[in-house]
Amino acid sequence: MNLTLKIWRQKDASSKGQMVDYKVTEISEHMSFLEMMDVLNEQLVNSGEEPVAFDHDCREGICGMCSMYINGEAHGPDRGVTTCQLHMRMFKDGDTITIEPFRAAAFPVLKDLVVDRSSFDRIQHAGGYISVNTSGNTQDANSIPISKHAADEAMDAATCIGCGACVATCKNSSAMLFVGAKVSQYALLPQGQVEAADRVRNMVAQMDLEGFGNCTNTGACEVECPKGISLDNIARMNRELMKASI
Amino acid sequence: MSGFFKSSIGRKVSMALSAFFLMFFLLQHLAINILSVFSPDTFNEVSHFMGTNPLVQFALQPVLIFGVVFHFVMGFILELKNRKARNVSYAKNNGGANSSWMSRNMIYSGVAILAFIILHFIDFWFPEINTKFIQGDWSGLHDGQFRYYHELQEKFVNPIRVAAYVIAFVFLGLHLAHGFTSAFQSMGSNAGRKKTLQTIGKAYSIIIPLGFIIVALYHHLNHNH
Repeated sequence: MNLTLKIWRQKDASSKGQMVDYKVTEISEHMSFLEMMDVLNEQLVNSGEEPVAFDHDCREGICGMCSMYINGEAHGPDRGVTTCQLHMRMFKDGDTITIEPFRAAAFPVLKDLVVDRSSFDRIQHAGGYISVNTSGNTQDANSIPISKHAADEAMDAATCIGCGACVATCKNSSAMLFVGAKVSQYALLPQGQVEAADRVRNMVAQMDLEGFGNCTNTGACEVECPKGISLDNIARMNRELMKASI
Repeated sequence: MSGFFKSSIGRKVSMALSAFFLMFFLLQHLAINILSVFSPDTFNEVSHFMGTNPLVQFALQPVLIFGVVFHFVMGFILELKNRKARNVSYAKNNGGANSSWMSRNMIYSGVAILAFIILHFIDFWFPEINTKFIQGDWSGLHDGQFRYYHELQEKFVNPIRVAAYVIAFVFLGLHLAHGFTSAFQSMGSNAGRKKTLQTIGKAYSIIIPLGFIIVALYHHLNHNH
């Protein structure tokens, strides 16, 4: 496959960026999108140019590190996958592919396609945990009865890898799918009840402080989420906050 | 509780609450409008009741005005905040791949409805306020007969006004097509995403605007005969 790539290049956080065109040739359709980016970068290094910076780690679709807004969609046109699991067979020979960083005021661009997603970490620090005494007398979690339905729903919420595709996709740059999933994974389980009210209050307050937008229920996040996190989690977070505020 | 309504979720809930109120109002407004098609006399009597009953005039009307103003003002505030949340826009964005046009353009359908409400107030509400509160005429009579049906007919003679009303109702339908089920989701209910309420929402967003359109067209065509 021969492709034209339009890629956002930005020297550093304070520089003004721009779209730059590149050509790559002989790309195998079996390559992942990141492998195609590796080919481009080898090409750039060989010609003495600065390679395109992009985030990646496990390349197995589970770490949440890769990002990229590809042809107008977070993680590209495929469903239920991260960019590292997106294959070049999703594109055609001769295609022009637009590649941009995730855009949100709360995700500032650091360089090229790399964005700072530490706002998600700060939301987690605000309440995305349970306090457990680990001094040796911790109760076995399996001794606490939990219904299969609740356990499944909590597990579904916990599959969120915090990649930020929801924010990147949302026309309002809202982080509510992420925060909804993090609130839900504890709200559904008995271990999460003790700190439930403080958790949702503090996580939502931190989310607002970081400058994420407001959810308008377009449902775009749910469609683009590589882990299929459901909008039900946002509804649950809304209920949890109402409950905590009354 | 005041902290709740200052949060992003609280604002979303307040938009949903005002939306539920306005959706109930639309139903009531359409019900009275339909009377004008079937029975001018009943329409006159109900209009006179709504226009002169102290509970409607001094309790429900201010609540309605507040609900309308609140929904618009909060809608604009949230839109501005949301735009600020993305300071650099995408060179290429494929919104159609993951969401409906209606859901992405609530602000534009909302602005069209606001323009309509201004026209509608100039047409009906301001003259009513003038007659009752400035001129002090609470009789509802003109030449010894109820004036409401006649005034309604007069307003729909002009085809440009009728066209403006019809276009506005189409935008209302588009706004409701997303807004109806969205309000349930904002209130923390999954019901808006289940088939039953989605069907009711679709029906509501078609029937309500279509009802208003039929009433407007009926009076336009009926008057010309």
